Amino acid sequence: MKTDDLIAMLSRGAEPVETDVLRRRYTVALGWGAFWTTLLMAILLGVRPDLDDAARLPMFWAKLALPAALLAGALLATIRLSRPGVLLGRVAAALAAPVLAMWLIAAVVLLAAAPGEREALVFGDTWKGCLVNVPMLSLPLFVASLWAMRGLAPTRLALAGAAAGLLSGAGGALVYALHCPELAAPFIGVWYLLGMLIPTALGALLGPRLLHW
Amino acid sequence: MSAAEDQFRDLLVRGLAGDTRAYEACLKGLSAHLRAFLRRRLAGLPDEVEDLVQETLLAVHNQRHTYDAGLPLTAWVHAIARYKLVDLLRRRGVREALNDPLDDELDVLTSSDTEAADARRDVGKLLARLPDQQRLPIVHMKLQGLSVTETARMTGMSESAVKVGVHRGLKALAAMIRSEP
Repeated sequence: MKTDDLIAMLSRGAEPVETDVLRRRYTVALGWGAFWTTLLMAILLGVRPDLDDAARLPMFWAKLALPAALLAGALLATIRLSRPGVLLGRVAAALAAPVLAMWLIAAVVLLAAAPGEREALVFGDTWKGCLVNVPMLSLPLFVASLWAMRGLAPTRLALAGAAAGLLSGAGGALVYALHCPELAAPFIGVWYLLGMLIPTALGALLGPRLLHW
Repeated sequence: MSAAEDQFRDLLVRGLAGDTRAYEACLKGLSAHLRAFLRRRLAGLPDEVEDLVQETLLAVHNQRHTYDAGLPLTAWVHAIARYKLVDLLRRRGVREALNDPLDDELDVLTSSDTEAADARRDVGKLLARLPDQQRLPIVHMKLQGLSVTETARMTGMSESAVKVGVHRGLKALAAMIRSEP
C-alpha cells in the first residue's frame, strides 16, 4: 500500500475523538484502585484501634503527609509521561522534597535520642510488615494505573512504569498508615520509603514489556 | 512557534473534531516532514524509510487521542517519530544511533520530502491477516468508504461493533508491524 493510500484510509470516515480520555482513564483507575486498596486493608489488616488518639499527634499527620505528597507528585509524573512529548519539568524535585523533609526530621530525632534508643527508632516493631504490606496494598493501584497508561502513549517506558509503580506504592503506604502503629520519623523515612520503592522498581521493570505500542 | 507548527496544529485540531479533509491534509503534510526527518536518521537503512513513515503515521492516528491542543504539536509528533525510530533501530540491533546529542525536536517540521518511495512492507497484506470482525469493518469503512450503518448492515455486526472493530484492527495492525522480523 502506498503512503498516500494509507493516509486516505486512516482519514476516511475518521470520527471525532474524545478529548478527555486521559482524565477519564485515571479517574477510573484511581477510584477502582482506592476502593480495592481500602477494602484489602479493612479485611486483611484493619484500622488501628487507637486511631482517635493517634490523630492528635503531629507525627501521625507527618506519616500521612509523606505518602500523600509522593502520591500527588507521582500522579503528576504518571500523567505527564502518558503523552508523547510532554516534559517532566520539576516533578523530580517535587518528589524529592517530601523525602528530604522526612529524613531531616528523622536526623533530628536520632540525634536527640540516647544512643541505645536509636536502633528501636529505626526498626520499630513492624519493619518487616511494612515491607510486605505496603507493596501488597499497592497492587490494585499498580494494576489500575498500568491499565490506564496502556490506553495512552508513553514513550519513556521504564520511567513511565516507575511513575505508575510509585503512584501505587504511595497509595498503598497512605492506606497502610491507618493500620500501622509506628510513629517514629526514622522508621517512616526508611521502611515506608522502601515499601514504596518496591512497586516503583517493579513498574520500571515491567514498563517496557507492558506499555509498548 | 513556526508557521508549520501553527498550520499543522490547526489542521489536526479540526481533524480531531471530525473534519476528515483537514485530518487528511494534516497527515499528508506530516508525512513529508516525517520522511525527511527519518531519512536523515536512517542513513544506514534507506530501504526502511518509507515503512517507518507509514508505521509512524499509523501511530499518530492510533494515538491521536493523546494530543492535547494546549501543547506544541511539534513536540508530540517528534516524540512519536523518535519512539518509533528507536523501536525500529532496536529491532535491527542498531545501538549507536540511539544517542543523538544533536537531535532537536524542532527538526521534525523543518524540512520536507514529498518523494515517497515504495514501501517494502504491504500494509494491505497485513490487513488480510486480521480477524473478520476487525478486517471487514476496515475494508468496508476505511477502504471502500461506506458509512458505519452500511457496514453494519453488510456484515451483520452492530454499529458499535463496527466502530470497535476499526479501532482495534488499526491497533492490531500496529502490533503486527512491531512484531515483524
